[in-house]
Amino acid sequence: MTHFARRALAVLWKDLAIERRSKETLNALAFFSLLLLFIFQFSLGGDRERLAAALPGVLWLGFLLSGLLALGRSFLVERDNDCWEGLLLAPGDKSAIFLGKLAGNLALMFTVETLLLILFAVFFNVELGPALGPLVVVIVLGTIGFAALGTLFAAMTAHVRARELLFPVLLLPVQVPVLLATVRATEAALAGEPLAAVANWITLLVVADVIYVVAGVLTFDAILET
Amino acid sequence: MTSDLLVHLSGVRKAFAATLVLDDIALDVRGGEAVALLGANGAGKTTLLKIVATLARPTRGTVQVAGHDCARDAEGARRHLGLVGHGSQLYEDLTARENLRFWAALRGHPTEGTRLGEALAVVELEGVSDERVRTFSAGMKRRLTLARVALAPPRVLLLDEPSAGLDQRGRKWLEAFLQEFKSGGGAIVMATHSLGRELSVADRIAILAEGRIALDTARASLSVEDVQRLYALHAEGDG
Repeated sequence: MTHFARRALAVLWKDLAIERRSKETLNALAFFSLLLLFIFQFSLGGDRERLAAALPGVLWLGFLLSGLLALGRSFLVERDNDCWEGLLLAPGDKSAIFLGKLAGNLALMFTVETLLLILFAVFFNVELGPALGPLVVVIVLGTIGFAALGTLFAAMTAHVRARELLFPVLLLPVQVPVLLATVRATEAALAGEPLAAVANWITLLVVADVIYVVAGVLTFDAILET
Repeated sequence: MTSDLLVHLSGVRKAFAATLVLDDIALDVRGGEAVALLGANGAGKTTLLKIVATLARPTRGTVQVAGHDCARDAEGARRHLGLVGHGSQLYEDLTARENLRFWAALRGHPTEGTRLGEALAVVELEGVSDERVRTFSAGMKRRLTLARVALAPPRVLLLDEPSAGLDQRGRKWLEAFLQEFKSGGGAIVMATHSLGRELSVADRIAILAEGRIALDTARASLSVEDVQRLYALHAEGDG
């Protein structure tokens, strides 16, 4: 295994081990997701037509809000005890740290999204079976782009005093293309259409994912240094 | 820069906006040598350590670590640096062994259990190696931070208040640990308020006052009373 891969895996292992023991983020997000769906269910009521039109947006709003909470916290653990300095002083390619952090964030977000998806099916009485394959593809693609940029911006704002405010304000405008594409593609998946019908949106998602991950790899060193 | 000159600072100046923190600092530290930085609160000791550690950039001047210019080749300098600062750089929800393994993996050092166990034994923490750091006292955390030095000794060790949180036994242990590090050819720069036992490791004392090194002198010939008198004279301005 290369030194780069070893470093990335070490960061991933560390973040997962800390979350598995403390469960700080996961517990909060599970409760938050439950609350969110309860509110959505209450406000949308039982009108099937209204529900069908709103479901893709509702689902991604849930992913987005829980993702913002998860990503915004991802570098807080590095602030405690000056662990940030330890990362900075470790010689070697810092993009390995970015990829390790991104993988940890993806693991956390996929866990919460799986939970949200199950709750979503239960709360709104949605038959996910036929749509599950395309839906998983859309969720994976949408989450990678969201998490890549979110990880980068969380690092940028980790030492800023108003980071809770600045983090979503910076992240959300840049995420607009990804969010539009994911909602459109989710709409098609839930309607039982093949993903080929929304190929343009899927292409946009793939391109955005590549751009965001590459941007993170290329700029993380400079962000960590400043 | 000669081969055993491990830390070299010349003309170092650091200003935060209009506030001048360090001015025209010159300091050389060779292998096997320890320099204690003394000074009142706000004298610039921690800032100076951060500059040598490549965590802060000087406004002006040259900083070299093991021949690497910190401005142009910070990565090269970092390969030879160890920092024990105010923060322990430890993850509270990992065990002592896991913290050490993570640090070793990140820096490309061996992560075998026996090597980690040996390093933990050096700092007398082998009995609690599988306990979470959250349960450790400040002194134990300080020793765990120093276990990294035992695992892969750097050439230059920077210490900020190294005895903070240590009891008398811990201080004695630290003194022996640092003497051992020095005898291995490493250079030490430590910022401290302690004018007692900690200084026995130091070969030189440098007193910082008003952003400058007001005094840089050999310690061997000085008694504790001499150091106290010089500190009062230069750091506190008591003539």
